[in-house]
Amino acid sequence: MPPSDTPKHEQPQGVGGGPGDQPLIVFDQVVKRFGDLTVLDHLDFSVAPGERVTLIGPSGSGKTTILRLLMTLEKVTEGVIWVDGEPYSHMRRGSHLSPASEGYLRQRRKRVGMVFQQFNLFPNMTVRQNIIEAPVHVLGKPKDEANARAAELLEMVGLSDKIDAHPTQLSGGQQQRVAIARALAMSPEILLLDEVTSALDPELVAGVLDVLREIAETTDITMLCVTHEMTFARDVSHRVLMFDQGRIAEEGPPEQIFGDPREERTKSFLSSVLDNGH
Amino acid sequence: MDFLIQRLPLYLDGAWVTVQLTLGGSALAFVLAMFFGTMGTIRHWLPRAVATVYVEVFRGIAALVLMFWMAFALPQLSGFQLDDRFAAILALGLNVGAYGAEVVRSSINAVPRAQVEAAVALNFSWSQRMRLVVLPQAWAQMLPTFGNLVIELMKATAVVFLIGVVDLTAVAQQMRQSTGETVIAFVGAFVLYYLIAQVLILGMRLLERRANRKLGRTSPGGAGPLALLRPPAVDTRTGAGK
Amino acid sequence: MYWDFEWTFQVMPDLLRGLGVTVQVTVFGYLIALSLGLLIAVVRRTPVVGAVLHAAMEFIRTTPLVIQLVFVFLLAPSTVSGMTVGIIVIGVHYAAYTAEVYRSGIEGVAKGQWEAARALSLPSHRTWGAIVLPQAIRKVIPALGNYLIAMFKDTPLLIAIGVAELLTQAQRIGSASFRVVEAYTVVGFLFLLVSVPSAILIRRLERRYAAV
Repeated sequence: MPPSDTPKHEQPQGVGGGPGDQPLIVFDQVVKRFGDLTVLDHLDFSVAPGERVTLIGPSGSGKTTILRLLMTLEKVTEGVIWVDGEPYSHMRRGSHLSPASEGYLRQRRKRVGMVFQQFNLFPNMTVRQNIIEAPVHVLGKPKDEANARAAELLEMVGLSDKIDAHPTQLSGGQQQRVAIARALAMSPEILLLDEVTSALDPELVAGVLDVLREIAETTDITMLCVTHEMTFARDVSHRVLMFDQGRIAEEGPPEQIFGDPREERTKSFLSSVLDNGH
Repeated sequence: MDFLIQRLPLYLDGAWVTVQLTLGGSALAFVLAMFFGTMGTIRHWLPRAVATVYVEVFRGIAALVLMFWMAFALPQLSGFQLDDRFAAILALGLNVGAYGAEVVRSSINAVPRAQVEAAVALNFSWSQRMRLVVLPQAWAQMLPTFGNLVIELMKATAVVFLIGVVDLTAVAQQMRQSTGETVIAFVGAFVLYYLIAQVLILGMRLLERRANRKLGRTSPGGAGPLALLRPPAVDTRTGAGK
Repeated sequence: MYWDFEWTFQVMPDLLRGLGVTVQVTVFGYLIALSLGLLIAVVRRTPVVGAVLHAAMEFIRTTPLVIQLVFVFLLAPSTVSGMTVGIIVIGVHYAAYTAEVYRSGIEGVAKGQWEAARALSLPSHRTWGAIVLPQAIRKVIPALGNYLIAMFKDTPLLIAIGVAELLTQAQRIGSASFRVVEAYTVVGFLFLLVSVPSAILIRRLERRYAAV
């Protein structure tokens, strides 16, 4: 667990670069190790409210781990994650911070939604049940309201006719669009997208990306996105972070990262991705 | 404690009977399982039908019912009185052998088709194919389930007191009757049953290792002396032997 | 030696009454095994209690059911009937097996399902009740069915504590009139009559669930 030097009980200021106001997400000296393997190495960065950040980098560079930490699917080894000025990976106990309890995490992570590479729809439920499950049983919304919202969201992702289908009856692309609707049904402030098109056949990728573009254009949800779709990253994100070996190798607006990368590692990564036909 | 130490020889006598029945029953079950199991993989319908009938009948009748039939009905029917222990071994062997035959059959069928075809290409006869190619590979797959079956058979021997054989369970009941101490009398038997099971598990593990080594694999349970003591996994698919 | 059909016919009602007891024990014992096994499979995932339970189940599985029956019967107050003891002991014994079956089913549920439930902040009763268990149990229905048949075939052990199930009835009737061949043979056939069709049914189930 975090040593005593880590948890300062105030959020560090001035790290990262949001547009002026207080950052929504702050990683403060975050370390994540799996056994001997250091996946994130004293990572500092922050995300402003409404900002859309794309994380790129070779596999194993720690991008996905950042999303999993924010979704509380993993625990930080050292350091603190802050959300909205309050500790997130930890909780206040008197004047210092201690690792967050399960109950605290359950409260805090309600504002975060995640879409997975493998969709992870519940196969024993219909599309509708998948979408209303959390609004009804976590937010306590009445069923009618949740159903109406589900219909709305399915229309947005273009799957109104599939509302009573089972996930196994859908294509991968359709499943992923349902998964996006399911995450949005919780009205998250932060949406985490973990390689959401990597498991899809090439012809199904566009449909999913179109849905995400629309969300980016029509809402102010803060998005953290791990992807190999560089065109999508350039179109949608405000900022790109290039990861290498658990650290940020380079960061900047997409035009700069893709058009004029400064770091050697970024250049070689981008050329390898583009060579592979992405 | 004194209670048990004083009467240990009696318990050991009972345990010895339990072990004899277990080994005898297992030997018979093994022979029947290999015979009818292999028979069940033959393409011609007749041997396959015979194997199926054996499996369904002796799996379908409860071992204890079979034992009562051997011990009480058979003598009336044939005028020939089987030794009680022999009747018990016969019933247990026939019953567990039926479960074992299914294990043998499915393990043989699980050997990759290409292996059989390669053996055919080498012009092996059916028996050569079985002996040299198929069975050594199927053997490693049978053993873990055989291990479960041996434990189940050992447990099933505990009913023999009902046909008058003095095994470990019978000794526990005698001890209780002569002393009135229910808990201690039975704990002695429970512990011995547990120990017998552990020894059987260890033995089956060693066999498994040898079989896997011959195929150049590590046992699925892992290497090292600790893995030898790991209890057998419950067969969560078929409930074999239960 | 000849087969006395008239006698067989006469005692049939008594034997069938024994079969009724056998079926009752099987059904109620199975209900215990199903529910207790599920509870154990879930609780087994907690650290300390889980380890203790695991050891207890291990012990139950490596010692004979019949001695467990006799032992509990002797310790139980005399107001408790042999039938009740039989149902409870058989149920608990089989719970030690069904718990492992459920466990394999639970472990077979994809990790992504747990993560998705967590990402939606679902409370644990929904994660278990609406997502994990429905998927886990569906996979293990055939295996659970096999244990139902196995349990049915273990009910004759109740003769050891004097419950009037099928085999006990056969013994009483048979030895009273010296017609043990008929009595035990009929019992054997009755067992086949129940267990062979159920085994075929389970195999169908297996094929159906394997296809999904």
